[in-house]
Amino acid sequence: MKLSLRDVHKAFGPRAVLSGISLDVAQSEVIALIGASGSGKSTLLRCVNLLEPIDDGVILLDGLDISEPGLAADAIRRRIGMVFQSFNLFPHMSVLANVTLAPRKVLKVDKAEAEDRARSLLTRFGLAERVDSFPDQLSGGQQQRVAIARSLAMEPEVMLLDEITSALDPELVGEVLDVVRELKTSGMTMLLATHEMGFAREIADRVCFLDRGEIIESAAARDIFERPQHERTRQFLQRVTDAGRL
Amino acid sequence: MNATVPGMSDLPGTDASGRTRRQEFERRQRRRALAVATTSTLVVAALVVILVPRTPGWYKVKRSFFDVEVFSTTFPRLLSAFVKDVQIFAWCAPCILALGMLIAVLRSVRAPALFPFRLFAAAYTDVFRGIPVILTILLVGFGVPGLGLDRPYNSPYLWGSVALVLNYSAYVAEVFRAGIESVHESQRAGARSLGLSSASTLRHVVLPQAVRRVIPPLMNDLVSLQKDVALISLIGPIEVLRQAGIDKSKYANFTPYVGAALIFLLLTIPETRFVDWLVARERRRTTGTAVR
Repeated sequence: MKLSLRDVHKAFGPRAVLSGISLDVAQSEVIALIGASGSGKSTLLRCVNLLEPIDDGVILLDGLDISEPGLAADAIRRRIGMVFQSFNLFPHMSVLANVTLAPRKVLKVDKAEAEDRARSLLTRFGLAERVDSFPDQLSGGQQQRVAIARSLAMEPEVMLLDEITSALDPELVGEVLDVVRELKTSGMTMLLATHEMGFAREIADRVCFLDRGEIIESAAARDIFERPQHERTRQFLQRVTDAGRL
Repeated sequence: MNATVPGMSDLPGTDASGRTRRQEFERRQRRRALAVATTSTLVVAALVVILVPRTPGWYKVKRSFFDVEVFSTTFPRLLSAFVKDVQIFAWCAPCILALGMLIAVLRSVRAPALFPFRLFAAAYTDVFRGIPVILTILLVGFGVPGLGLDRPYNSPYLWGSVALVLNYSAYVAEVFRAGIESVHESQRAGARSLGLSSASTLRHVVLPQAVRRVIPPLMNDLVSLQKDVALISLIGPIEVLRQAGIDKSKYANFTPYVGAALIFLLLTIPETRFVDWLVARERRRTTGTAVR
């Protein structure tokens, strides 16, 4: 298994956010996490990227326990890419500087080489003309594609996508999803939290439905949408359908 | 074009000059605003020029504060004394910015080994922000050379500057700290998720944004420093305020003080305008459009 979670618990004060999450992600597998806001999807991703310490349980990356307290988190994080709902680009840097910062400062790649690689990544995502722009001069869709390129510049082994289309205007969602489709084709292992049910169904090998910090149901995308086994899954999908989002 | 479309010129959208109704309206508004502003300014200026000299006592005020003869003899002396103020400012300002930044960074570092530094930084800002500048100058400027130091280590320039640096660093540290805290947590998350260490995150992501944000309040402090340099006159150096005081006593006239004030204004007003320009330029550069 590329990534394994075993009975992961996380609470913020008295409020339990993850209550015993267990999940296996194979190499090149794409897993979509669905569920209402507050069900723990984002926290789960933040815990995998060690942005939040977990209270109990184990997270394994290639069999290495990365949830070990006191582990050098920076070395682990550079192997796991993360893309955020609100892009989190650095507004004081050009697109090129955003993408080259981590390779240069963390991997010590020299400037010319880092820029070459950044340019080819940005070209791949249709951003060749925008390398010298600043984030605030770009549309939301362009910003999110830059954020994905920035993350890929570290050549991560796993990508975590945290509702990466939720802050976008509807007509800009497609261009970002195209990038994710391309990543899947290239064999990237991905764990994504999403509200785009159609997309989850299309791209995910497996879909996990989270409710109140637990994985209620985990199945092949088609099965979960067509034959949900659990009552709570059915209710959630019904609400999504009623809202016209499926 | 209008001729080919019957009745086009009769439409309310454009007039003979080809301007839209909106453009024509805004033109009228602009002209009217300009006329009103000009007239009212002229009226107020005329009233001041006509009425002020007629007030009882104006002659005394004029002789005491705006004596042309005293002004022309003392002003060049004041200007050359002001060079000292600028010099003191020029070596104090970089020290203040560096020390202020250091204190601010120490206060926001969370490593337990550095806890004593955090404590020191917090105490430092509390103490020096709580003491009047003038008291620090008297204490350090008279006190330290009074310990019996030899030349040149007993120079009032040195210890006066040290006092200013100590005091202003505390203010500047608080400005930097506010800037550091204003950078959203998501920026740190973005940087850390890429594998950047907390030091790299601070250096490349947090501080550059923090510094840009606090440039206006920072410049406020520097303009204020430019003025407070004059307080060093109290411990000896003959800079512009001291020189003005000497000339005031010599001519028994306050015009030299007015001259000194004028010199400060000549420097501080362009300084603040320059900062406004810098801030506007930065905004244009990173956002493309100026938001009014």
